[in-house]
Amino acid sequence: MDLFEYQGKQYFARYGIPVSAGGVADTVDDAVAQAEAAGYPVVVKAQVQVGGRGKAGGIKLAANAEEVREHAAHILGMDIKGHVVRRLWIEHASDIAKEYYASFTLDRAAKKYLAMVSAKGGVEIEAVAEEDPGAIARMHIDPAVGFTAADATRLVEEARLDAEAHDGAVEILQKLYTCYVEGDADLVEINPLILTPQGQVHALDAKVTLEDNASFRHPEWDDFRDIDEFDERERLARSKGLQYVGLDGFVGIIANGAGLAMSTCDVVNQVGGKPANFLDIGGGANAEVMANALEVINSDGNVRAIFINIFGGITRGEEVANGIKTALGRVEISAPMVIRLDGTNAEEGREILKTVESDKVMSSPTMLDAARKAVELAGSGTSGGQSSGTSGGQSSGSSGGKGGA
Amino acid sequence: MSIFVDENTKVVVQGLTGGQGRFHGLRNKAYGTQVVAGVTPGKGGQDVEGIPIYDTVKEAVGATGANASFVSVPPKGAAAAILEAAEAGIAFVVCITEGIPAHDEARAYNTLVDRFPGTRLLGPNCPGIISPGKCNIGITAGEIALPGGPVGIVSRSGTLTYQALYELKQLGVGVTTCVGIGGDPVPGTNFVDCLAAFEDDPDTRAIAMFGEIGGSEEEKAAAFIAASVTKPVVAYIAGVTAPPGKKMGHAGAIISGSKGTAQAKMEALASAGVHVVHNPTEAGIKMAEIVKEL
Repeated sequence: MDLFEYQGKQYFARYGIPVSAGGVADTVDDAVAQAEAAGYPVVVKAQVQVGGRGKAGGIKLAANAEEVREHAAHILGMDIKGHVVRRLWIEHASDIAKEYYASFTLDRAAKKYLAMVSAKGGVEIEAVAEEDPGAIARMHIDPAVGFTAADATRLVEEARLDAEAHDGAVEILQKLYTCYVEGDADLVEINPLILTPQGQVHALDAKVTLEDNASFRHPEWDDFRDIDEFDERERLARSKGLQYVGLDGFVGIIANGAGLAMSTCDVVNQVGGKPANFLDIGGGANAEVMANALEVINSDGNVRAIFINIFGGITRGEEVANGIKTALGRVEISAPMVIRLDGTNAEEGREILKTVESDKVMSSPTMLDAARKAVELAGSGTSGGQSSGTSGGQSSGSSGGKGGA
Repeated sequence: MSIFVDENTKVVVQGLTGGQGRFHGLRNKAYGTQVVAGVTPGKGGQDVEGIPIYDTVKEAVGATGANASFVSVPPKGAAAAILEAAEAGIAFVVCITEGIPAHDEARAYNTLVDRFPGTRLLGPNCPGIISPGKCNIGITAGEIALPGGPVGIVSRSGTLTYQALYELKQLGVGVTTCVGIGGDPVPGTNFVDCLAAFEDDPDTRAIAMFGEIGGSEEEKAAAFIAASVTKPVVAYIAGVTAPPGKKMGHAGAIISGSKGTAQAKMEALASAGVHVVHNPTEAGIKMAEIVKEL
């Protein structure tokens, strides 16, 4: 889960990392109230999960209520690279002497944590890494050993931060490491980490990605769940606990396992179709999960055929078949579906499927044949008419119609 | 021959009394695997269909001589279970658990590296390993694999592993060992480990490799193949149509920068002399062609 800046700062604060005083605002009036509380001058910052906010005009300095009003009105509702601004963070503007960079993340290639610190903060760190790699001090950390004050000191020295920032930076790095590990984050990044003219070091921005697998030990994360960032289909899928990514095609995909689901998208593409989504029902998916998955696919007006591709390992064939049966009884599925079922208990599953097969529910023995069949059904567009008028189905139909329309 | 496991492998199932552990542990046994013990703290002295249960892995090893472990324990306890197996002297640990917190996984892996270099971990979040006709540890449906070789399979994705076995069986091609390494960020065993083992195994004469977007393990595998693998390799990479920056289910399957795209991986493999194919069915067909010419 990616946190918004304001959430990241709240998370940092839990671990004692100094951040600017500020507050959240969803309206222009709120923004003024928060600015009064923080004390002028303030910075009005768009809360979106995308880089380059400043360049897009989503971060503005305001010296008084008038200016806060003006900037807040302009930024709220602004579209930044496809992300609509619904919320602002208003904080007291800091005097900046120097801008640094600090982060912790996992280096998958080394299978160890990687700490990075640079005296060249405030800009895209990828650009620094490319143009001046020597400006970033890096250190691998053995997760079984940990990160000590001596490690932090060495990093700060290697990064050649200014002497006045030394102690503050060492302290923040240790706290940031604790936030990364105990806070179960995939990434914690401060850019910029600033030094004020008064010699204080603090986090001016916060980028935090939480590790979803650890949510069971972090009840406090519930406060962060903000699903405004997702499209309608993704929101529905999340509410049902499904691994779903919306795409812009017309063949609905349900598969078990991320690899098979990706491969299914690829194969549909190869035979002339376009996947409407990626949906992985995971290992051990039961009837309920399958029924939920079909409901989500069914809610997508662009879907003109459904391809269910299941190869059972943990997932058992008869459970999948029962799920399809349950779903057919629960909701009216508008698009025709092709089911390919194999692996653990596939025979039992196929027997169950025989009881529900019709001209809209059919099975196919191989992945490639099933994909061809699904694309063919989508191409003839038999069931697209009902929904195509509402949500852009028409345009996606014409662009993807080479399957046989 | 086979790699990592064979007919002499004796397996203890950690979590045999749980739903998944019982279902798959018993299936593994029915397949012919020597499943000699189960471990569930507090349930020592019981049995699951005749398989004795012990409180600790150490006791199970002492009583039965188990040398491999199948960890089917929920995410909260899985990392500790892996380390318990290593501490008891188990040389090969297969962990199928999905959803282990990344920090737990990173700590467990590095603890193995630091303190138990004699233990190989397969997984977590993997389907396991099968040496057809000899030993099946994990969740693979054994009947989809044809014994006898000459193909070794290594795959990052569980369901694609089954798909690979199935395609080869349809074409009458046998398998020495099929290893599912899993898609988590810190896998215990990676492509290079398996490629090296297959290269050393005289009965494996061709290798099928199933990768996916994200990370750089496939690129590392390509470099290793160019330098050290003499046997023919067929590779398929899933995720050509995946939009960049989106997480496609597996923690592992996320693209960062230009590295990690399906295209970059396929190019790296092709330039290492690997036969790169575009779907699992093609992989089977290409492999059957190669096997015929061996």
